[in-house]
Amino acid sequence: METTRAMADPHAHDRLIATLGAELAPVRRLRPPWLRTLGWLAVVAIIAVALFARYGVAPMLARWAGAPDLGWAGLGAALTAIAAAWAAFALAVPGRRTAWAWLPLAPALLWIGASGLGCLRGWIAPATHVASAPEAGDCLFFIIGFSVPLSVLLIALLRRACPLRPVLTAVMVGLASAAASASLLEICHAFDAAATDLAMHALAVGAVVAANAALGGRLLSREAGRAT
Amino acid sequence: MPGLTAPGVMVLDERFPSWASIDPAVPADPASETPERRRAAWMAAAQAGDRRAYERVLADSVALIRAVARRQGVGHDQLDDVVQETLLTIHRVRHTYDPARSYDAWLAALAGRRAIDGLRRSGRQARREVGDEVAVALHPDEHDASAESERTQQARRLRAAIDELPPGQREAVEQLGLKELSLEEAAARTGRSTGALKVNLHRALKALRGRIHGDD
Repeated sequence: METTRAMADPHAHDRLIATLGAELAPVRRLRPPWLRTLGWLAVVAIIAVALFARYGVAPMLARWAGAPDLGWAGLGAALTAIAAAWAAFALAVPGRRTAWAWLPLAPALLWIGASGLGCLRGWIAPATHVASAPEAGDCLFFIIGFSVPLSVLLIALLRRACPLRPVLTAVMVGLASAAASASLLEICHAFDAAATDLAMHALAVGAVVAANAALGGRLLSREAGRAT
Repeated sequence: MPGLTAPGVMVLDERFPSWASIDPAVPADPASETPERRRAAWMAAAQAGDRRAYERVLADSVALIRAVARRQGVGHDQLDDVVQETLLTIHRVRHTYDPARSYDAWLAALAGRRAIDGLRRSGRQARREVGDEVAVALHPDEHDASAESERTQQARRLRAAIDELPPGQREAVEQLGLKELSLEEAAARTGRSTGALKVNLHRALKALRGRIHGDD
């Protein structure tokens, strides 16, 4: 059995190379990861503009002026979305380092840290109140509801590349879309930081990342694993 | 991203296999270049549809793929499989190569992935073969069986061996061998290229020969 398999046809590679050469057609080169990231962020920006048109900029700025930790948390979420999306697009190109996956770490710490600090604050941010349980539930639906289309878009874009580490890439997809949704929520989030609301946000982000790792990873690995 | 400047990205991306040159590949005049730069230039030309450059860069890649696969621990008898799988993968994802970057690093990532796939496959096969030994030991002696049941048994064994092939190879045998479709018909039906079908059939037959005759 072993001998049969070891007896390689010395011309097999040459024949395959000639076949592949005969099939060669010009290809459109994949754009660099940063440019593809900008493309996805443009969609997020369009949603943000629509939300600003509906809710206005002033309430958000008033909340941030009164309680800077909310602003820092929002900034952290936005930077996490940018970094995670960039990391996902980079990880999907063969030969790029796995170290890209660390890129969202610092902004994510800012996001989590500032959100956590907000709970320790003794006063309530202007024009907000502490969310009731059903209101906190709305945050959950908002984050998950926006994450689904944003994740689907990211995965569709990534399938044109070749993610050799599908699960890690899918975790970045989940983090990017959950963080982007949390940033969008900041525009119309009239609730102050509190343990209940924060727990809902954490639950939503965790669910989005886990769902992506499970489903997205499978979609991406089918793509990367298909040799022929 | 504040703090993440362009040189920072470059450093983050620098991963050159030990056998690769240190210079990042930049497409330039292929004549005066290091082997790696030459490969990068060939691949860039191949992306534009230059068949000659493509066949050269693929032929040049075979040794590098074997080196990566060996480093990953792929056995001698499986190296050619990994080479073929990697060549097919290169063909499918050739648009993801960025000529401003190292061709060898790109190739090493693809070859490494296919090498791991190969190791997993052989791991599964080894487990199956242990099971087969038990089955052979428990099986009644072949001479006891009548000629009729022997033929049935052989057919069943062949069917089982076909079922155990990787999906792509099984598909090639079923479409080309059993249904006797032409290459073009099978390609249209499966959505695979005729080249991929030919390669898959070739390898499937080799595996089946090994399985049927090797087991006898």
